[in-house]
Amino acid sequence: MSDVTVPVAAIEVSHLVKAYSGVPAVNDISFSVARGEIIGFLGPNGAGKSTTMRILTGYLPATRGSVRVLGIPVATRSEEVKKVIGYMPENNPLPEDMRVSEYLYYRGRLKEIPRSKLGPRLDEVLELCDLTRVRHRILGQLSKGNRQRVGIAEAVLAEPPVIIMDEPTIGLDPHQILIVRDLIASLRGRMTVIISSHILPEIEMTCDRVLIINRGRLVAQGTPAALRREFLGHTRYRIDFAGDLAVLSAALREIDPSFQIDPGVAESIEKPFAANDGPTATSEFRHAIATTENDEDLGETLLKKLVNDNRLRIRSLVHAHPSLEDVFLAATKRSWEIVDARREPTK
Amino acid sequence: MRHFFTILNHEIRMLLVNPSTYIAAVLFLAVMGFFFTGMLESYSGAGQEESPATFFFRYFFIPVFFMVPLLTMKCFAEERRLGTLETLLTTPVTTTEVVLGKFGSAYFLYLLLWASTGGFFYVLYRFAGDRFLDPGPLIGGYLFIAVSGLLFVALGVFASSLSRNVTVAGIMSFTLLFALIVGLNFIETMTVMDLDLMRPLKSVVGYAQVFDHLDDFSRGVVDARQCLFYVSGTVLALIFSILGVEAKLLQG
Repeated sequence: MSDVTVPVAAIEVSHLVKAYSGVPAVNDISFSVARGEIIGFLGPNGAGKSTTMRILTGYLPATRGSVRVLGIPVATRSEEVKKVIGYMPENNPLPEDMRVSEYLYYRGRLKEIPRSKLGPRLDEVLELCDLTRVRHRILGQLSKGNRQRVGIAEAVLAEPPVIIMDEPTIGLDPHQILIVRDLIASLRGRMTVIISSHILPEIEMTCDRVLIINRGRLVAQGTPAALRREFLGHTRYRIDFAGDLAVLSAALREIDPSFQIDPGVAESIEKPFAANDGPTATSEFRHAIATTENDEDLGETLLKKLVNDNRLRIRSLVHAHPSLEDVFLAATKRSWEIVDARREPTK
Repeated sequence: MRHFFTILNHEIRMLLVNPSTYIAAVLFLAVMGFFFTGMLESYSGAGQEESPATFFFRYFFIPVFFMVPLLTMKCFAEERRLGTLETLLTTPVTTTEVVLGKFGSAYFLYLLLWASTGGFFYVLYRFAGDRFLDPGPLIGGYLFIAVSGLLFVALGVFASSLSRNVTVAGIMSFTLLFALIVGLNFIETMTVMDLDLMRPLKSVVGYAQVFDHLDDFSRGVVDARQCLFYVSGTVLALIFSILGVEAKLLQG
């Protein structure tokens, strides 16, 4: 958190609580976002991501706690806060019977962009989001990808210092996701962006930091790398081998005593060309996931030892980096009360 | 309040651009034309004591019951359903501006529809052998429509602000209007009102009789107290609409 050079954090949330009829949807969340950062909000459905985002924009009032955006308290001065925020809600609701340029013009006027600047800014934003060809189409007749782009165009229209997007890439095809991802990455530094998503590879690639929310509580925050170390603090190797599993196990333990083979995973590999090979070559190789607490890269040692062992046949060795998905599953499975050191991988 | 005009302009533009507005206008004029023709029939049958305008405006409640709910029910209920209320309220507009903007556009359309019935009177003026159309009741009648319309449309907006469901909003506004126009009329005639206990209530109920207001306006009597009734009722209804929109946000 680079608060050293910038005096005012973009967003400060402190002990935020939001309860619906006594049931807390958001239960004592605190975090801080520096200017220019891109933050990812992760969490299972119903964890409280959308609620938190709505409270940040001043749309929903909180039950307890304080939220400041650029130093402005949201509870008391929400009109000022709304002037500095661009927001795209979940499912990107759009009025069905307006045209793209009409809608963006209307939104620009609502956000107090002066008329003289609005025209050129509109053209800029349409160009940025690749909407120039569809600017005269009616919103109800646009494809999903175009609708998302209109939503994003609307969020960045007034060049707000803080942009909050709830699931911006949902329902998009991979091309469109790439475009959106590049768009968001291009905002880094100029604007502070908070995105919530389920598409974990996207978050991993775009975001500087990640906040994981589960059942209304913040269960993890940090850079993806730091989270990997914290939740899955072990290294994994995937070994394709043929031979006795026990032999492999013993061999691994000689290299490092903390090696463990995930029992559920040593399965047969489907061999696509099984019909053409002789009987000895059918589905003989299996893969095993071995985990160790050792941080060093043991690839070379492993290869040398295992290849030279006559009882085993090794076909491939992969140092498997746990993905953000594994972190997510691990973080949201454990409850915040349990202080676990390390856990078995969930796969 | 600077956003009020943006919202008002936008809402009116959306109304005028939408083909369903025109379909509704045509159907409205068809129904009112039917009443007007019926009135002409009775006039040509036998001479009447009162001006055609008075006769015609006595049926004001039919368009009110049908048109006002239809014009106002989608104000907030539809925006809630689509989710666009959320995007609207996260811009630097205040709830007051939104409510007033929507009220303004609904009232504008209401006035426009009623103003188009002026065409019927023009036709009558052109083709009646009489060439004399008493302007008093006509002006009084339209003035009544304009003033009472404020309250009716405001009640419609209020009903819409309370609901997520467009149909429920429509039925609620119909019920509110019915209670105001017909219900109070009925209460006035109930014998229980003659009890001493009910005396203060009786004067209140007597004051709020919409049909009496109509009669006064039609005779050319513009009573400031009656105007006050409508204007203050409108203000109250709009205040409650603003509160209604904000209260529903608290529920999430």
